Amino acid sequence: MTEIRTEAQAAARKVIAFATAAGATQAEVLFSEGDSALTRFANSEIHQNVAQHDAQVSLRFIDGRRVGCAATNRLDDEALLRLADRAARIARLQPEQEEALDLPEPAPIRPVAGASSQATREASPESRAAAAREVIAAADAIGVMAYGSFNTSVERVGVLNSRGVDVIEERTSAELIAVAMGGDREAGYASAAAIDVSDIDAAAVGREAAARARDSRGAVAIEPGDYQVVLEPYAVADLLETLGYVGFSALAVQEERSFHEPGRVVGSELVTIVDDAADPAGLPASFDYEGVAKERVVLIERGVCRDVVYDAQTAKRAGRRSTGHGLPAPNTFGPFPLNMQMAPGEATHEELIRGVDRGLIVTRFHYTNPVHPKLAIVTGMTRDGLFLVEHGEVVGPVRNLRFTQSYLDALAGVEAVGRDRFRVSGDYSPVVVPAVRISTFTFTGATEH
Amino acid sequence: MQDLSQRALDTAVQRGATYADVRVVRRSEESISVKSGRVDAVGSGETEGFGVRVIVDGAWGFAASSVMTAPEADRVAAQAVRIARASATARRRAVVLDDHQRAEGTYRTPYAVDPFTVSVEDKVALLLEAERTIASTEGIAFGEASYSAQREWKSFAASDGSATDQEFTHVVASIEANAVDGDELQRRSYPDSGQAAGWEWVVGLDLAGNAARIAPEAVALLSAPQCQPGRRTIVLDPSQLYMQVHESCGHPSELDRVFGTEASYAGTSFLTTDKLADGFRYGSDLVTIMADATSPGGMGTFGWDDEGVTAQRAPLVQDGILAGYLSSRETAPRIGRQSSGAMRADGWDRIPLIRMTNINLLPRDGMTLADIVADTDDGLYLASNRSWSIDDRRLNFQFATEVGYEIKGGKLGGLIKNPTYTGITYEFWRSCDAVADDSSYVLFGTPNCGKGEPGQVGHVGHGASGARFQDVQVGVGKW
Repeated sequence: MTEIRTEAQAAARKVIAFATAAGATQAEVLFSEGDSALTRFANSEIHQNVAQHDAQVSLRFIDGRRVGCAATNRLDDEALLRLADRAARIARLQPEQEEALDLPEPAPIRPVAGASSQATREASPESRAAAAREVIAAADAIGVMAYGSFNTSVERVGVLNSRGVDVIEERTSAELIAVAMGGDREAGYASAAAIDVSDIDAAAVGREAAARARDSRGAVAIEPGDYQVVLEPYAVADLLETLGYVGFSALAVQEERSFHEPGRVVGSELVTIVDDAADPAGLPASFDYEGVAKERVVLIERGVCRDVVYDAQTAKRAGRRSTGHGLPAPNTFGPFPLNMQMAPGEATHEELIRGVDRGLIVTRFHYTNPVHPKLAIVTGMTRDGLFLVEHGEVVGPVRNLRFTQSYLDALAGVEAVGRDRFRVSGDYSPVVVPAVRISTFTFTGATEH
Repeated sequence: MQDLSQRALDTAVQRGATYADVRVVRRSEESISVKSGRVDAVGSGETEGFGVRVIVDGAWGFAASSVMTAPEADRVAAQAVRIARASATARRRAVVLDDHQRAEGTYRTPYAVDPFTVSVEDKVALLLEAERTIASTEGIAFGEASYSAQREWKSFAASDGSATDQEFTHVVASIEANAVDGDELQRRSYPDSGQAAGWEWVVGLDLAGNAARIAPEAVALLSAPQCQPGRRTIVLDPSQLYMQVHESCGHPSELDRVFGTEASYAGTSFLTTDKLADGFRYGSDLVTIMADATSPGGMGTFGWDDEGVTAQRAPLVQDGILAGYLSSRETAPRIGRQSSGAMRADGWDRIPLIRMTNINLLPRDGMTLADIVADTDDGLYLASNRSWSIDDRRLNFQFATEVGYEIKGGKLGGLIKNPTYTGITYEFWRSCDAVADDSSYVLFGTPNCGKGEPGQVGHVGHGASGARFQDVQVGVGKW
C-alpha cells in the first residue's frame, strides 16, 4: 500500500525519526494531504464557491505511560522538529499514567476496491457549476427556487508508527445536496453521494427535490401524536448515526453510557445494522486513523445487540483486538462506526406505503439531538416533505412536526424494510440505508410550515 | 505576510477581480482532558494558511492554501478568480457591497496570564483536582475535566485599502459528573463556557469547588422524580437562558439565513425583512437583545470583522420589538442599511459568514434572580443546557436541561430529572414577564457554533441574567 507518495508522507517519516531521537518509546504519525472544493447555491444562483488545499501531520508521542499529541500543517524541517519537541514536552510534563497505551502492530491490510476516482480528483469549478445549473433548471421547471451544495474532495491519508505500521490510501468523495423551495413554503429534498463524481446525476437529484417540493404545496396542519411512519432513507440515516453516536462505541459501553449489551433485544427481527468499510455500497476505507485494518462489525443482528466498535485503547481495556475504528488522536470521543449499513428488506417503496393505515411519510429529519442518550430518546423536526397517508394511499402534504422518540423503540417498531438501499451522506459519515416502516412514532409538537 | 497578501491581491485584480480580500491566519491550540483519574488526552496544534476572496463578474470566488509562498499566492488568487467566473454562470443578481470606511489598525484580546505559558503540569493538576472531587463522590460513574485554549493571529487586507492585524486568545474549561443506574444516566456540568481571556479566567472558575457542588446533584438526580408533562411557569437560569438566546434569537437574526443562503443546510428564518419594517413584536417589553461585538471577555468580541467592518453594538430586539439583524457588506444594503460587522470565518480555509457576535439579553433593573424565584408561586427552575433543537425557520424549539427544581411558594424545592420544555419562539419570548437584574448576569462563551458548508465552527458569546416565562409546555415525550 505504498504506491502513493505525498509531501505529508515524507514529512511523517521525518517526524517518526525526530520523535525517536527525542526518546519516544513509541510514536505514531497520522498524515493527510488533499484538496476539496464546494459550490453552494441558493435562490437559484451560486452564492458561495470555494476550494482549498492543505497537508498536515499529527504526532502521538509515547514515553512509557505518558502520551502527548501535537499537529501542524507546516511541513518544513524546522516545523517538524518543533512538532516532535512539543509532543515530547507535553508527554513528559504529565504524571505517569496507570494505563499504558500500545500502538497497533503492523498487520496485513487488504486494500479496498474503489476508494478513489480519477473523475472526482479532476472535478473543476466549471463542472460543479454545471451540476448546480442542472439542479436550478429542475427547480425552474416547476416554478420553485433551488438551494444546495456540490462538494468534491480528494484526500491521501496515511499512518506511520514506530512499530512498523505504514499505510496510505487515496480516498475521494462527492456529494450533491438539493433543496427546492417555493413561495407557498413548499419544500423538497434530495441528495446523492459517491466516490466517483460521474456517478452523480445532478439533473435527477434536482428533479427528485423539485418533485417533492411540488408535492408538498398546500401543506395543511396536523395534530401531533403517535403515527405510523414510513421513514425515507434520508431519515433512516439519522437513526443509524445517532445510535452510533450514543451507543455503538466501546468507550460508551465501558463508561456505561450506552444502551448496547450483547444479547439485548432492541429492534424487530427485521433490523440488522453492521459497520463494513469494505463494502463499495458505502464509501470504502481499508484502515482507521490508527492504521488498523477495518473489520466488519455486526452491531445489531435481527434486532439483537451483538458487538460494538473498538480502537486500540478500548480494545486493550477489553482484552481484545481493535476492530479498526479509531479516530484521530488526541481522541476523547472513543471509537466510531464510520461505515454503517442497514440490511435491506423485501418491501418495495409502494408496499411500505400501502401498509400504512394512518401515518406519515417522513423525507428527512432536521436538527436532531439526544434528549437522553442512554435511552436513545431523541428530539428533532421533520423537514422538506412530510406527507399524510391513509389506508395505504398518500392523502397529501402536511406541515412539519417535532418528534420526541426513543430510537430504540423505533427500531423495535420496524415492521417493514425497503429492498432498495441508498448511500446517504450523514453528519459524520456516509451510511447505506433502506426506507423503513415503523408501527408508531411519537410527534410532540407542530410548527407553522 | 504583507508581501504574500499584496501579491495575492495584485494577482486577483490583474486577473479581473473588482474586489478582493486576503486573510492570512495562524492558529495555535492546546487541549487537555482528564477522566476517571487519568490524563485522557493532551494535544497541541498549529495551522497556518491564507484565503483569497474575490468578486468577478458580480459573483464570488474563494480559494485557500497552506503553502505560504509567492507562487502559491499567484496560483490561489488565479484559482479564486476562475471559481468566481464559474459562479457567474449561475448568477441572477450581481453582488453589491456597502460603502464603508477603510479599516486600519490592530486589536488584541486582553488577558492577564497567557494560557500558553502556563505549564502543562499546572493545568493537569488543576483539572485532576476537580476530577478527583467528582470521582470521590459516592455514586459517580465517571468524571471529566477539560480545558482548551486557542490563539489566532489574523491579518486582513483588501483591494479597497483596508488592512488590519488582530490577535485573539480564547480559553474554555468544563467539568462533568456522570452518575449511572441501569438505564438512567444523569450528568451535571459546569460551566459549559469559554471566554476571550487568559488562564486567570480558568482559575477563577473554581472548578474544584464547583465539582463538589455538581457531583452530589448528578447522583441525586438518579432518584429524583421525572419532569411531568404540563404547562408551567419556568424560570431559566443563565446557564440555560444563553442557549435559548443563541438558538431562538441569534441564529434567526442572521441576515444571510433570512435571505435563504443557508437554506440547504441549517435552514432559513421566520424573521423575514418585512417584519423589520412592520415593527414585529418578538417578545415582551422586557426583552432587549443586543448584538455586541465589544463586550469585554466575549468570544464574539473583536476589532474588525472579516470584511474590515468595525465591531459594533446594536439591538436586534429593543423592548420586545425586532430592531435589526446581524449582517454583512453584501446583505445589509438589501435592507437599506450598513453592515453590522458580523462576518467571520473559521480559519484561513473558510469564507466569512454572518456569525453571531455576543448576543446578550440585557438585564432589567428591579428584580434579582432570587426575587424572581421568590415572586413565583408555582413553577420550575431549569439550569444547565443538556440538549437543543429548533426547526429550520427557528420557530419550534425544544430544550432539555441537566437539572430542574420545583418552585413552590417562592422557594426552590426538590430536584426534577430529565426536564424538557418546548414552544414557538415569539410566543415564548412574549410570555417573558421577568428579566433579572445584572447581579446574576453571566457572559457565556460558546465555542462550538456550527454553520455553513463546508462546515465552520464559530466562537460566539451570550450574556444572560435569568428570566421567567409563563405557560410553557414542559415534560415532553414518553419516559
